[in-house]
Amino acid sequence: MSISYIYPEFEVVRNPSRCIACRVCERQCANEVHSYDAESGLMLSDESKCVDCQRCVSLCPTRALKIVKSDCRLRENANWSDNTIKEIYKQAGSGGVLLSSMGNPNPLPVYWDKILINASQVTNPPIDPLREPMETRVFLGSKPTEMKRTSDGGLDCTLSPQLELSMPVMFSAMSYGSISYNAHESLARAASELGLYYNTGEGGLHEDFYCYGENTIVQVASGRFGVHEEYLKAGAAIEIKMGQGAKPGIGGHLPGTKIVGDVSRTRMIPEGSDAISPAPHHDIYSIEDLRQLVYSLKEATEYKKPVIVKVAAVHNIAAIASGIARSGADIIAIDGFRGGTGAAPTRIRDNVGIPIELALAAVDQRLRDEGIRGNVSLVVGGSIRSASDVVKAIALGADACYIATAAVIALGCHLCRTCQTGKCNWGIATQRPELVKRLNPDIGSERLVNLMTAWRHEIMELMGGMGINSIEALRGNRLMLRGVNLTEKELEILGISHAGE
Amino acid sequence: MKRVYVNEEWCLGCHLCEYNCAFANSGLSDMVKALKGKIIRPNVRIEEDGGITYAVSCRHCDDPICVSSCISGALSKNDGTVCIDHDKCVGCLTCILVCPYGCVSQNEQGAVQKCELCLENISGYPACVQGCPNRAIVYEER
Repeated sequence: MSISYIYPEFEVVRNPSRCIACRVCERQCANEVHSYDAESGLMLSDESKCVDCQRCVSLCPTRALKIVKSDCRLRENANWSDNTIKEIYKQAGSGGVLLSSMGNPNPLPVYWDKILINASQVTNPPIDPLREPMETRVFLGSKPTEMKRTSDGGLDCTLSPQLELSMPVMFSAMSYGSISYNAHESLARAASELGLYYNTGEGGLHEDFYCYGENTIVQVASGRFGVHEEYLKAGAAIEIKMGQGAKPGIGGHLPGTKIVGDVSRTRMIPEGSDAISPAPHHDIYSIEDLRQLVYSLKEATEYKKPVIVKVAAVHNIAAIASGIARSGADIIAIDGFRGGTGAAPTRIRDNVGIPIELALAAVDQRLRDEGIRGNVSLVVGGSIRSASDVVKAIALGADACYIATAAVIALGCHLCRTCQTGKCNWGIATQRPELVKRLNPDIGSERLVNLMTAWRHEIMELMGGMGINSIEALRGNRLMLRGVNLTEKELEILGISHAGE
Repeated sequence: MKRVYVNEEWCLGCHLCEYNCAFANSGLSDMVKALKGKIIRPNVRIEEDGGITYAVSCRHCDDPICVSSCISGALSKNDGTVCIDHDKCVGCLTCILVCPYGCVSQNEQGAVQKCELCLENISGYPACVQGCPNRAIVYEER
């Protein structure tokens, strides 16, 4: 390798008048960018290893560091962008599939940003959430469509199992293996304190976390890693993962290097063996097959827990959701194309799937048209970034939102998008003990609780502004939304009017 | 009383506590001016070996052996904090010899220095605790 085709993407800029050579940057960089030259007493850097995770920047006590994008560019070309050319260099060198992490970073439309929320004026007074009660609690699960009476004439009050959420947000699936023990503990503790749920992902549930079972959604994915009776019974709900927004249509691959110690035990596979989740569930090729798995899981847990079916947002999502709603599932989770991942082939992540906003609107409308909306609750994820995204999702028809990227950002993630290397300097997407310990769950869970508390306040403010005092009254209330910069077709699919109408 | 405690489990060995300590005790208001180009003499030190790291600073013992061994009366215990009067210290270094934790050291002038919980300096609160990125050093009642 005598020619380096790719110039480093970032530059490490060190202000020499500020640097005190404390070497904190050197000790904190798992990519070994920084080093100390004892002879000159100066810090050196090898920017070719830098992934711009900003750990050194955040910990530098004198703010002597910054990481900037290199301005060394290839000759400008609107068709062949820098990135496109560099990807070709990489593949010409490696012969391999390009891997990426976290969500699709490309400038594809974000419909949340083209949707605006209503507020009350004059004739329909807004509500002040600081003075008046405001309900953000939601129940997820199948709702009865008609009133039934018992044999003695009384009301039949039996409900299918429900999940109670203090606000319409849950932490979505991230497996133990893809994220660290401490990241899982932070999520579990935060969910339990907030009255919400976190999701195990497909890596099984570490024995230490069974105590958070009441706030845990246990996942059953195509690899069936870590699935056994106690696991199913430990959770508050079971999620069947059919697809993931970041990589619809393909499975997962956790490299053997990450299958160490507890990860191997929790997944119930030998140490060092690759954990390969197949693209399909090998026992599911139809809605009828899905129904069998839904009922197998219900049978195993004595019909006490709701079953969620998670799918990626793809072209025929409305028809797919309609099938799932008839499969006996209690909740449908839809993951949009901007959803995150610990590793996915770049081409899949960046080109497969559809925006969650359009998928949600289409699914909600289809289920209403078919009169089966009450069969299921709808949970949407795939880059829900703020309380206003949550409010817009609810108004478009969702019952609740799944967040994961926002949650890991709260834990310190700087979206450097190199999770696949396993060298997360923030202690999140890594299994290396010296890196895992960088995330103290006392701090992590506190930050997650803070984030959710802040969002809940904002949700109440936005609801109050619309004159709505219960999140249930906002669900599917598309009159509260208006679009800007959208075509007739986009507005039609979203089921909203243009601003000014 | 509140003391500085160390949670070894969360110590990253980043050594920030040493620099924050040295800065807090420098009497200066700018870290760069206080520490650039200097050999720091912090009152908290990271012990490390084989992947294990933790910070060590004065335990402010209930019955401090350094105080009872001080020949000039420079070391004393006030409100639970073991304090040093630099004007009285004669630099005999007996306290350094007797401290079982190695938490007393010599300053540039030859007198001894030790952790006084930053209660009297610019920080006003243990700087090692305030600057620890992972709550590996805490200041609390136990």
